[in-house]
Amino acid sequence: MIGIPATLRTRAAEALLPPLVALLVALVVGDILILSVGQSPAGVWALLLRGTWGNAYGFGQVLYKATTLTCTGLCVAVGLRAGLFNIGGEGQLAAGGFAAALAGLALPSGTPAALAIPVCVAAALAAGAVTGWVPGVLRARFGAHEVITTIMLNFVVLALLNWAIATNLRVPETLHTHEIHAGTLARLGDRVPAFHGSAANFSLIIVLIAAAATWWYLFRTRGGYDLRAVGLQPDAAEYGGVSVGRVWIRAMTLSGALAGLGGINFVLGYKRYYEDGFATGAGFLGIAVALVGRNTPLGIVLASIFFATLSQGGLAINALVPKTMVDVLQGAVIIAVAASVPEVRRLLRLRKRSAPT
Amino acid sequence: MIVAFLSQTIRIAIPYLFAAAGGAIAERSGIISLTLEGFLLTGAFGAALGCYYGGSPWVGILCAMVAGLIFGLVHGIATIRYKADQVVSGVAINILAIGVTRYFLHLAFGSSSNSPRISGFTTVMRGDGFIPSVVNNPLIIIGLVAVPSVAWVIYRTPFGLRVRAAGEHPKAAETVGVGVARVRYIAVGLSGILAGLGGAYLALDQHQFTDNMSAGRGYIALAAMIFGNWDPMRGGLACLLFAAAEAAQINLQGTHGIPSQFVQMIPYVLTIIALAGVVGKSTPPAALGRAE
Repeated sequence: MIGIPATLRTRAAEALLPPLVALLVALVVGDILILSVGQSPAGVWALLLRGTWGNAYGFGQVLYKATTLTCTGLCVAVGLRAGLFNIGGEGQLAAGGFAAALAGLALPSGTPAALAIPVCVAAALAAGAVTGWVPGVLRARFGAHEVITTIMLNFVVLALLNWAIATNLRVPETLHTHEIHAGTLARLGDRVPAFHGSAANFSLIIVLIAAAATWWYLFRTRGGYDLRAVGLQPDAAEYGGVSVGRVWIRAMTLSGALAGLGGINFVLGYKRYYEDGFATGAGFLGIAVALVGRNTPLGIVLASIFFATLSQGGLAINALVPKTMVDVLQGAVIIAVAASVPEVRRLLRLRKRSAPT
Repeated sequence: MIVAFLSQTIRIAIPYLFAAAGGAIAERSGIISLTLEGFLLTGAFGAALGCYYGGSPWVGILCAMVAGLIFGLVHGIATIRYKADQVVSGVAINILAIGVTRYFLHLAFGSSSNSPRISGFTTVMRGDGFIPSVVNNPLIIIGLVAVPSVAWVIYRTPFGLRVRAAGEHPKAAETVGVGVARVRYIAVGLSGILAGLGGAYLALDQHQFTDNMSAGRGYIALAAMIFGNWDPMRGGLACLLFAAAEAAQINLQGTHGIPSQFVQMIPYVLTIIALAGVVGKSTPPAALGRAE
C-alpha cells in the first residue's frame, strides 16, 4: 500500500469494510443455521447462487427486488446526509405506489405511453414527497423528532390507504385495485425472452437515473452542498447563512419522493395494480441498504443487489433450509454492520494516531 | 355493559402496559426503544415454546423473559459496547425478531404460520367478566402492577436516580461514579424482560404463537410512552386510553360508526400531535440516543 496517501487508504477502508462485514456475517451466521438443520453449507450456498445469479429468471427477480430497495435506500441516505433519520420509507413507498395506480386508473386507456408514464411517475414522486414533507415540517417548525413522527406516519398512511382500498377501490374479494389503464412499463421479459416470468421491468432504468440524479444533486449542486453541510454541522451551516429548517424540509421532501418512486416498480411494472401491503418491510430494509452502501448512490445500488440476492436466495434454498433463514441473516447483517462501523472508525483513528507521519 | 367494556379494555392494554413500562425504563436511561416490537414478538414465541415443551404456562413465562432478555442484551451490546446507532440497531432487532421466530417456528413446529395449541393457564373460575379473567390469568395483575413498579423504581430508588442520570447527562453521571454502561445494560435488559412478559400474555391469551403476532403493538406502546412524556404512569394511562379506543371500535363494528382504520390511527396521530407540542411540551431524556 506504499505510495497511496493515508487519507485515501482510510476512505477506501471505510467504504469497503461495511460490505465485507455484511458478507462475512451473512456467511458465518448462515453456516451455523445451515449446519443446525444438518445440511452442507457449500451445497446450500451454491444452490442460493444458482437460484439467483445462475439463471435469467432468478437474476430478473433479484433486479426487481433491488429496484425497490434502491429507492428506499436512497430515501434513507438523503435523510441521513441532512442529519435526519427517515424511517417512514414504507409509508412513502406505499403512497407513491397508490398515487401511480390512481393516475394510471384516471387516464383513459390508449393514452400514449410517452404521456402516461411521466404522469404516473410524477404522481408517485409527488405522493412520496408529500408524505416526506409532513415530518420535515413537523421537525423544522415544531421540533418533533423525525424518527418517531416518520414511524407513526407509516401507520397513519398505511391505515388511510387500507381504508381507501377496502371501501372504494378494490376488486371484490381482494385488496387490490383494478388494473391500470395507462402508464404500464414493459417487463424485461417482453424484450429479452430469457427473463420471461420474472418481475423485472423498465422501472429499473428510471430508478437508476434517479440514483444518478441524486448523486449529482448531493455532490455537484449548491443545494446538495447545503444539505450535506447541515447534516455534518447544523450550527456551522446556520452561521454560514444556510436556513437549517428549510434544508430539513427540502431533504425530507426529496427523501420521501425517492421512496415514493419505488412504488412504480410494483404498480406500473410488475402487477399493474396497487395492492395493500406491497411495501411491507421495504422501508426498514432501506435502512440496511443505506448503511451498507455508506449513503452514496453507487454504494446503495450495489447494497440493494446484495440484499435482493439474499431475499430471492431464500426461495431458492427452501427445499434444504427454511427460507426464513434469510430473514435472520438480514437482521444479523444490519446489527453487525451498525456495530462495526463506529468500531472500525475508532480503530482507524487509533492507527493513524500511532503512525509516524 | 360498562364492566364488559372496561374488562375488554384492560385485556387489550396488558401487552401495551408491559411494553410501555419496559420502554420507559430503557428510554429514561438513554436507550431508544424501537425494539419493543421485537421484544414482544420473541417473548410471545418463547412463551409458546416453553409452554408447549415445558407443559406449564409458568415455564412459558420464564422462557419469554429469557427471550426478551437475550434480545435486550443484543441491543445493549450493539449500542453500548460497540456504539452502534440506536435507531439502526433497533430496526435490526425487530427484523431479527421476525426472522428468528419464523425460523424456529419452522424448526420446532414445522409450520410457517403458527404453533400448535398451547394449554395456557388452567381455568380456576368460570365466566367472562373481569374478576374471573383476572383470577384465571395472573399476567393481568402483573401487567397492571408493572407500570407503577417501574415508576417507583425510576423515581424512588437509587438505581432509578442513576437511570435518569444516565439518560439526562451521562458524562456528569460518570463523574460522580455512576457506571453509565452498566446502568444502561440493566435498563435495556429489564425492558426486554418486561416486553417479553407482554409477549407471553399475547401467546398465552390466544393459546398459540402466530407469525408476527405482535402486529405493531410494540410501536403503540412506544407511542403511549412518548404520549405520556416519558413518565411511566402517564404512559400507562395512555396505554389504557389507546386500548379503550380499540375496545370501543370492536364494539361499534358493524354499526354505522367511524371506519376501523381511523380508530387504528388514534394512537399515532395523538402522539404526533403531542410531539409537535400542540398540547403541552414534550421533552425526551436529554441524552436519548447518544452513546456518551
